[in-house]
Amino acid sequence: MNHPVTTDFDRRDRDWYMDKLVQLVVFVSGISAIVFVIGIFIFITKEGMGFILDTMDPVEFFTSPYWEPSDEDAPEYGILALIAGTASVTGLALLVSIPFSLGAAVFIGEFSTGKTREFLKILIELLAAIPSVVWGFIGLTIMNPLIIDIFDVPVGLSVLNAGIILGLMTAPIMTSIAEDALKAVPDRYREAAEAMGATRWQVIFKVVFPAAKNGLLGAVLLGVGRGFGETMAVLLATGHSVNIPHSIFDPVRALTATIAAELGETAVGSDHYQALFTIGIFLFAITFIINLTADLVVRGVRNG
Amino acid sequence: MVEEAPVAAAAPILSVKDLEISYGGQKALSGVNLEILENEIFGIIGPANAGKTSFLKAINRMDIFTPGMQVRGDITFAGHNVKHLKNVYALRSAIGVVFPLPVGLPMTIYDNVALAPRLRGVKSKVDLDIIVEHCLARAALWDEVKDRLNSLGSLLSGGQQQRLTIARALSQEPILLMLDEFSIAVDPVTTMRIEDVLKELKQEMTIILVTNLVQQANRLADRTAFFLEGSCVEINDTQSLFCGGATDQRTTDYIEGRFG
Repeated sequence: MNHPVTTDFDRRDRDWYMDKLVQLVVFVSGISAIVFVIGIFIFITKEGMGFILDTMDPVEFFTSPYWEPSDEDAPEYGILALIAGTASVTGLALLVSIPFSLGAAVFIGEFSTGKTREFLKILIELLAAIPSVVWGFIGLTIMNPLIIDIFDVPVGLSVLNAGIILGLMTAPIMTSIAEDALKAVPDRYREAAEAMGATRWQVIFKVVFPAAKNGLLGAVLLGVGRGFGETMAVLLATGHSVNIPHSIFDPVRALTATIAAELGETAVGSDHYQALFTIGIFLFAITFIINLTADLVVRGVRNG
Repeated sequence: MVEEAPVAAAAPILSVKDLEISYGGQKALSGVNLEILENEIFGIIGPANAGKTSFLKAINRMDIFTPGMQVRGDITFAGHNVKHLKNVYALRSAIGVVFPLPVGLPMTIYDNVALAPRLRGVKSKVDLDIIVEHCLARAALWDEVKDRLNSLGSLLSGGQQQRLTIARALSQEPILLMLDEFSIAVDPVTTMRIEDVLKELKQEMTIILVTNLVQQANRLADRTAFFLEGSCVEINDTQSLFCGGATDQRTTDYIEGRFG
């Protein structure tokens, strides 16, 4: 042959140097992602730091339900109502999206075949790509009158409206990830269980779900992260009024929506401006914790 | 291949001194000293957990990618201490490995076998065609797949994938071929055909044959080592080993199936 196997194991050829080069490039790209995240964190911390150090009363910030930053005499910076708004909407959204997305994932992954499956998968991807402002618009113009009609309440922009909208929004992404988790379960597990006489439901519930447990949990947690961070749809569908909700028909305001709505009208560097960045830091920390948890869960903290 | 004087046939291609392998502090194999000669078939028998697979992994430096795996001692292959050589990829391309569970790569049958030659720079279609046919024929697979070389290798049956794996290992034109329980997924008739091929291959390369079929070692190996619970109990001529010449009672027990 023209290319005999060499026994000179010390000779470093082009392939060897190529390998080292690729390792370096991959390392740099990996590191740069981390650098960007840290950069963003430093930026929002810097913008919000003045407020945290000088003006902020941490107890009041987290426990006061009054958010009145534009009051000229005694501005109030309490985000409890905003946290309640975000939490209630996200919670309701999960109640909507978990059954929907798990059901859809099981149907796509376990029951449908061939063209149906392909079609559904494309459809799900398509749903995931709808811009959030469109969802918010649907909440404003379709859900709003619908809720007023059905439940006979004065306003339709509420926890219920935003929860359903956000639930429908996160469902496609959760479906997509959950379906991947189900697909990652090897077929031989299913065959082994089927051969013992297990029904399809038993196979799914007793074998596939436990095997895909980490991936499914990860899907749900990513949905939570998405819910916390979503801005436009909740801004339009919640009613945007500072309020600790007593029922699902109460309008609320979300943390993210507050930043989006108010940042443009504040003077750069003012207390209000810095307070909004403090909310940003808080959101960043929450999403970071959720995503980290999701990541650890997906990997299955076996060694921890 | 450079044919040297017949004397060279007895030169050790691989020598192992005081080999000790552990995983995260847990010893898997220790105190192995042996030499494998050029153009011999060296059999390794022994029950599960004896350290046979770890032994093979240490030879082609798979420990680099196996977290927690630690190798101590000296392994010298073709004149190089494998621990200190500068290009581990060159070492691996000179050693063909067949793992117990068949791994048909997710590409066409043709590409599976043409992968190694392409990696080392063979580009001409004619050359590749020759290599692919040659290797598949030697692995006793050519007749079954010659009309569908462009279908996916991962879709073949288990036994066919195993022979594909063997063909792929041969396409490296290795100096050393390490087979780790290759016949697990292969039917007896095909196993016999592959065994015949191995006897021929011995002219061109050295073969380490790890097997849990004691009789397979008897049929093929020139010398056989018996591994048990992380140590090498005995190395002997296969002939004398199987004709009651084993020096260790445990070896005799294992060979005769009176074990445990």
